[in-house]
Amino acid sequence: MTAIGDVDAVFKALADPTRRELLDRLYSNNGQTLTELCKGLPVARQSVSQHLDVLAQANLISVEWRGREKHHYVNPVPIHEIYERWIRKHEVQRLQALHEFKKRLEGGRK
Amino acid sequence: MTAGRFKYVTYIASTPQAVFRALLDGQLTRQYWKHTNESDWKPGSKWKHVADDGQGTVRVVGTVVEMIPNRRLVLTWAESDDAEDPKQHSQVTIDVEPVGGMVRVTVTHEELVPGSDMANKVANGWPRVLSSLKSLLETGHALDTWAS
Repeated sequence: MTAIGDVDAVFKALADPTRRELLDRLYSNNGQTLTELCKGLPVARQSVSQHLDVLAQANLISVEWRGREKHHYVNPVPIHEIYERWIRKHEVQRLQALHEFKKRLEGGRK
Repeated sequence: MTAGRFKYVTYIASTPQAVFRALLDGQLTRQYWKHTNESDWKPGSKWKHVADDGQGTVRVVGTVVEMIPNRRLVLTWAESDDAEDPKQHSQVTIDVEPVGGMVRVTVTHEELVPGSDMANKVANGWPRVLSSLKSLLETGHALDTWAS
C-alpha cells in the first residue's frame, strides 16, 4: 500500500484531465462541495466522486465536513515538493551551465 | 462561505512531539522558516513572528487562542501595523495528529480577505514552510524555503 501523498500517487493523480480540471476549479474557488464541482462537468457524479478520492489519496486535496456538507480544498504542498525535487534542481544545473558558458566566452576574449 | 479559507496538509515521518517542538523552537524554525515564533504560548497571550534578519523585523502578530501541546495550536494572524484592529486578524489552526506511523500536519488559515496581499502571501508561504519542515524532520536538512 502506498502512503498518502506518496509521489507515485501524486503523479498518477495528475495524469488525468478531469482530475486536473477539478484542481483548477478548486484553485479558483476553494472549498466547493461535490455538487458544486459537478456543475458543467461532462462526467457522472459518481465518477467525479471517485476522482476526488484519488486526489485525496494523493494528498492533493483535503476534505472538511461541515454538518452534512463535505467541502474540498486544494492542497498544493505535494506539488511544491515535486517542484523542489524535479524543477528547482534542474534550474540550478541550467544556471551552472550558463555560468560555465559565460566563463568560457569571457576567458576566450583575453 | 469558504472564501478566504485555505487548508494545507503534509504527512511527515516523525512524532507529534517533534513536529510541535519544530513549530515553537527558534533553533528549528530558523532553519526551515527563517523566522522565530515568540510567545509564552498561553491562551490569550500575544505572539509574534519575527524574521531572522538580524534586525528582529516583526512580520506577523496575533493572539494565542488555543494551545494543546503536541496536538493543536490556534493563533490569530495579522500584519504588525494591524495589531490593534481585530477586523484585520485572520486565524490559523495547526493540527498535529499521528496517522499510520506518520504525522499529519494540517494548517487551516481562515478569515483572510480574498485577494488581499496577506491572502496571497499566506497561499504562497504555507506550502513552502510545510515542505521545508517535512524535509528538515525527515532528512535533517531544510529547503531553501524562500528561494524564488
